[in-house]
Amino acid sequence: MDLGYSESEIAYRDEVRDFLATKLPKRISDLVKNGKRLTKRDYEEWQTILNEKGWLAPSWPPEWGGAGWSAVQKHIFEEECCRAGAPRILPFGLGMLAPVLIKFGTEQQKSHYLPRILDGTDWWCQGYSEPGAGSDLASLKTKAERQGDHYIVNGQKTWTTLGQYADWIFCLVRTSNEGKRQEGISFLLIDMKTPGIEVRPIILLDGEHEVNELFFTDVKVPVENLVGEENMGWTYAKYLLTHERTGTAGIGFSNAALEHLKTIASTQMKSGRPLKQDPYFAARMAKAEIDLEAMKTTNLRVLTQADSGAAPGPESSMLKIKGTVIRQEINDLARRALGPYALPFVSEALDEGYNESPIGPDYANPIAADYFNNRKLSIFAGSNEIQRGIISKTKLGL
Amino acid sequence: MNFDLNEDRRILSDTLEKFLRDKYPIEKRLEYSQSEHGFSAQMWQEFADLGIIGALFSEEVGGFGGHGDDLMVVFEQLGKALVVEPFLSTGALSGTILSAVDSDLIEGVISGQTQISLAHSEPGSRYDLAYVTSSARQQGEEWIVNGHKSVVLGAGSADKLIVSARTSGAVEDEHGISLFLVDAIASGVELRSYSTIDGYGAADVMLTNSPAKLLGEKDSAFSLIELAHARAIVAVCSQCLGACEIAKDMTVEYMHTRKQFGVIIGKFQVLQHRMADVLIELEQMRSSIINAAGFLDDHRDLREKHCSAAKNLTGRAGRQIAEEAIQIHGGIAMTWEASVSHYAKHIIMIDHLFGDTDHHLERYIELS
Ligand SMILES: Cc1cc2nc3c(=O)[nH]c(=O)nc-3n(C[C@H](O)[C@H](O)[C@H](O)COP(=O)(O)OP(=O)(O)OC[C@H]3O[C@@H](n4cnc5c(N)ncnc54)[C@H](O)[C@@H]3O)c2cc1C
Repeated sequence: MDLGYSESEIAYRDEVRDFLATKLPKRISDLVKNGKRLTKRDYEEWQTILNEKGWLAPSWPPEWGGAGWSAVQKHIFEEECCRAGAPRILPFGLGMLAPVLIKFGTEQQKSHYLPRILDGTDWWCQGYSEPGAGSDLASLKTKAERQGDHYIVNGQKTWTTLGQYADWIFCLVRTSNEGKRQEGISFLLIDMKTPGIEVRPIILLDGEHEVNELFFTDVKVPVENLVGEENMGWTYAKYLLTHERTGTAGIGFSNAALEHLKTIASTQMKSGRPLKQDPYFAARMAKAEIDLEAMKTTNLRVLTQADSGAAPGPESSMLKIKGTVIRQEINDLARRALGPYALPFVSEALDEGYNESPIGPDYANPIAADYFNNRKLSIFAGSNEIQRGIISKTKLGL
Repeated sequence: MNFDLNEDRRILSDTLEKFLRDKYPIEKRLEYSQSEHGFSAQMWQEFADLGIIGALFSEEVGGFGGHGDDLMVVFEQLGKALVVEPFLSTGALSGTILSAVDSDLIEGVISGQTQISLAHSEPGSRYDLAYVTSSARQQGEEWIVNGHKSVVLGAGSADKLIVSARTSGAVEDEHGISLFLVDAIASGVELRSYSTIDGYGAADVMLTNSPAKLLGEKDSAFSLIELAHARAIVAVCSQCLGACEIAKDMTVEYMHTRKQFGVIIGKFQVLQHRMADVLIELEQMRSSIINAAGFLDDHRDLREKHCSAAKNLTGRAGRQIAEEAIQIHGGIAMTWEASVSHYAKHIIMIDHLFGDTDHHLERYIELS
């Protein structure tokens, strides 16, 4: 056992820190650290900077621009980025579609789409969920019927994150009703500009436009936009689920959130002393930190194992559950830490240009909204109930 | 022992429930909440005409209720409909103070003409009721107050403010706090109005040399402020209870209709058990509020201990109930469109009013 980073890992970490210190625009990290709204351009600006360095898609194979990092390196990268206040890297093209294309796409698909993902030409969104198909994704109904050189797509997708910005969407569609439900699903790439696609906003409980409903009416999609074989889409989607694991636990985010919480707890006063010295609050913070520290090791244990070839299945469910619960707990503590000033909420104050004086402490405004928004973490990407089901079935044999 | 409501209160409860069902659907509530003052002046008048404001005042001061049970009955119903009109500020908090020191104003309050907010907490006070830095000094006949009051509920629409200010003593002394009546349009009164994240109108109030009238006795307002908060705790916990009941009902109903994997999600045992726990917590919450309401007129230590117990338990159970309601609904509960999200927000944010779970746990220990 050796708990410390190796010399080369430390050198790597310093390189990452150095890069972030010089290349991450302060304007952007200020937005992230202050919990402000990020625009499409903010995300793109940062992704362009990472791409220039060759660090945008570290997990891809080197021939497509990957960095060939070990699990530990990816972990360090994520942690450092979050600490520095870098925007999250949107996973749809980079982390979700690309691995599927790399494994199952044609040479032509790879050489067309992958570079466009890297250089930001195409913004991708994920079209899996439907109103009737959430946890039970295999019950999806959006259908694609073959007509000559095209599929004609009809149906509805929902919860499409940032679909309002998207140039392309990768969809699971039904191409057959025969046999098992999972066996009639295909993986299709659709240009969002195709006639017949309507995007309607869904406003979340914090007032934000983050997700969308998508309606498809006789949308013509060229057959070459099919990935892999017809009716094999479920296999590809499942491959994806177990492929990208580094970020599942959200350690970097929790870490940054805990640091932020500590700052808040040292400025908020309770009975004449900083809140962090209040035994009740200190106990809550300590528990969250204990959980997070153990989680870091759990995460690295799973990831280094994966590096050496053992494919983690149910372990990623563990990371998902515990990782999201810890992050939600930290969000909850930040809300508590504010006391009454958790209540005021001025949505416009989340915009970059807003310059009226804050109500209460300058960090207060986004805190409760974040707590509510992050309730999504235990619902999406396979709800925590579904993940527990996976663990008890595959790991415990129950 | 008898835990049933008496005939009058049952009628009050039924009348209000029916009124709200007819007049206060969630779409209206959202509309009122997002309007200029964050509530509907017309609804406030209708509540007054129905006698709902009067139910919060005792007969001695011109009302027809004012007991713990009345608070419970009224606020539970208000919570069920997420009513945004200023019942907590004008009714529970200011009402208690006026009943003790200036009953002349109560007639206007009960009739819906006058709204009065209590401006007590300050940026540095967190939940400490004795923390007052605002100050008042006498100038001839008049008093002049200065200070910054934070998150004053209902301030935006209040005609008058009851302001606490120090007339002697140090920042956290219980002794030396006095209460003043300040006109909302008096000179030096400045409001920074906003909505809370769960949709209620509030403001930070800055007072600069504002003329004021002393209410009650100088230096000794603390115990009255504490009583006002005790009553407000019973009120807001009851409001939470009402909101929790609806969140629970909505979730159970959703479990009966939402299908995944070919069955209603209510068939999944893990969800069944968690809703069973929700029901247990809800009943515990109700009992703790019954306790607090029952001791509201008792001697101070007993009253405060039960109020702290209720607020602590309500905070804990409320979090569980709100989070389960969202989780069990799945993605749909994350939306503005789904009313359960507004219930969840209110239930959670109630923990930030009049002392949170930790504050009242600590206090309970002190009082035990
Ligand atoms: C903010 C947000 C962003 C999203 N972004 C995207 C996106 O970009 N693309 C996309 O395709 N999807 C996206 N989703 C959808 C997300 O994947 C679904 O919300 C998720 O799959 C859950 O489905 P559901 O919401 O329909 O809940 P349901 O499946 O209806 O679940 C309701 C409840 O029942 C429980 N449940 C269901 N089945 C079982 C079972 N067998 N045993 C025990 N409990 C069970 C669930 O855990 C949950 O608690 C997003 C969702 C949200 C909230």
